[in-house]
Amino acid sequence: MTGIRLLDFSHYFGSCRALNRVNLEVEKNEILGVIGPAGSGKSTFLRSLNRLNDLVQGSRTEGSVEVDGRDITRPGTSLVELRRKLGMVFAVPVPLPRSIYENMAFGPRLAGVRNKERLDALVRDCLEQTALWQEVKDRLNTSALKLSGGQQQRLCVARVLALKPDYILLDEPTSGLDPVSTMKIEDSLRRLKKDYTIVLVTNNTKQAARVSDRTAFFLTGELVEVGPTERIFTAPSDRRTEDYISGRFG
Amino acid sequence: MRRLDPRLEQRLVKVLLWAMTLATVFVLLYIVLFILLRGLPVLSVSFLTENPHDMGKSGGIFPTIVGTLALTAMALLVAVPLGVGTAVYLTEYTWENRLTRVIRFGADCLAGIPSIIFGLFGFILFVLKLGFGWSILSGGLTLAFMVLPTIIRTSEEALRSVPRSYREVSTSLGSTKWQMVTRVVLPSALPGIVTGVILSVGRSIGETAAVIFTAGSSLRLPTSLFSSSRTMSVHFYILAREGISMPNAYGTAAVLVIAILAVNIITYRLMHRFIRKYS
Repeated sequence: MTGIRLLDFSHYFGSCRALNRVNLEVEKNEILGVIGPAGSGKSTFLRSLNRLNDLVQGSRTEGSVEVDGRDITRPGTSLVELRRKLGMVFAVPVPLPRSIYENMAFGPRLAGVRNKERLDALVRDCLEQTALWQEVKDRLNTSALKLSGGQQQRLCVARVLALKPDYILLDEPTSGLDPVSTMKIEDSLRRLKKDYTIVLVTNNTKQAARVSDRTAFFLTGELVEVGPTERIFTAPSDRRTEDYISGRFG
Repeated sequence: MRRLDPRLEQRLVKVLLWAMTLATVFVLLYIVLFILLRGLPVLSVSFLTENPHDMGKSGGIFPTIVGTLALTAMALLVAVPLGVGTAVYLTEYTWENRLTRVIRFGADCLAGIPSIIFGLFGFILFVLKLGFGWSILSGGLTLAFMVLPTIIRTSEEALRSVPRSYREVSTSLGSTKWQMVTRVVLPSALPGIVTGVILSVGRSIGETAAVIFTAGSSLRLPTSLFSSSRTMSVHFYILAREGISMPNAYGTAAVLVIAILAVNIITYRLMHRFIRKYS
């Protein structure tokens, strides 16, 4: 089943075109890996999906992005609802400057969850899903900034889970982490696939090969090709994909 | 010219910078001590709580303390919401364009205008035109306009220094812009905003010229917003200028200095507690 569908989608920042007529579908409950060198438009692509690019001056789009059959580029779209449905994890872990618990409860509170017991249960459940509960359960009220980098990033994933999203968008989530922390995040992603649709932008082609079901390759704002990860990494149909994967550039 | 030996240069620079710092501290301490030494002997409970007699030659300064507090409170009540609101608008609700540059330029110019001009402006607008007379209302509004640029600019700087990533995270977690501003951006910017407010408190308490023009110099205890009132600074000015009583002038100055120190210490304490809670 198709979850997200981009049709001739272009994205501009002022006069600069960051994405050029992209056509791409994301299936439900798959992990779509997105690879490409810096400046290829993969982050722009990801941020188009929850319209976070709206925060940037001069941002403008053409074409359409359908999420669950609805075109989210239309003016009347409820952005708050959209962003709850497509949770996002950033490259650098960004815990808000408050306690671990408050970080976790931030999204649910905005969504109107007031009941303390429900919040507690939700916080625990989501922290368990990212294997963080055991590590932080005794210090939920200490500052989230005191966690290690890897823990912070798992907190950020858990914080997104607390939104009860359908999709999880990850923007190079392990770029600043050590191999062990990276492995923990990747394990979490594999487990989460059952319940969520995941789009994983990564600088690390090997990560895409390890984790994703299908892989899309972006270059200078264009989608070069997309297909099952195995095929992309063994028999890419485009020369540029092969060059990138084999490390000849990028 | 021969270059200095780098090690000697290093030592010279260090001594020079150290001397500069020492000079700054010395000047500050000298002023404070100078005032306290002359003022403290005059201070007593009755000096703080009694009405002045004989134009201030004897008696206390109670009405001027009340007047100072009332004027400063009035000024902050107007200037803080206006200033912080403007700063939030400039940083969060509009893109950088000609209008924002004009507003910012205007605020900077306003900040450079001598306070006596504000006094004259307040006198004409509030005292005469709007008919508020010499009053706490006129004085407070005038002071508010005087400190507004400071509050706008310091708040704006503070808001801009909040990482963009906080805004992205808040937005991506489903907050509206207003929720983002109130729950994430403002708390993070608060220490900077408070610094601007403290600066403004200091300027309001210490202001003389603008206040004489707009709040008058009545020595009676103010009873409403429309009462004329004398602030401690004005009282000091009149006592000293007209040679009424130098000891009482220094006493008033000592109270002023101590009040400003207290404001600083208390707000920094509160801020530390706040920062601990949020980090």
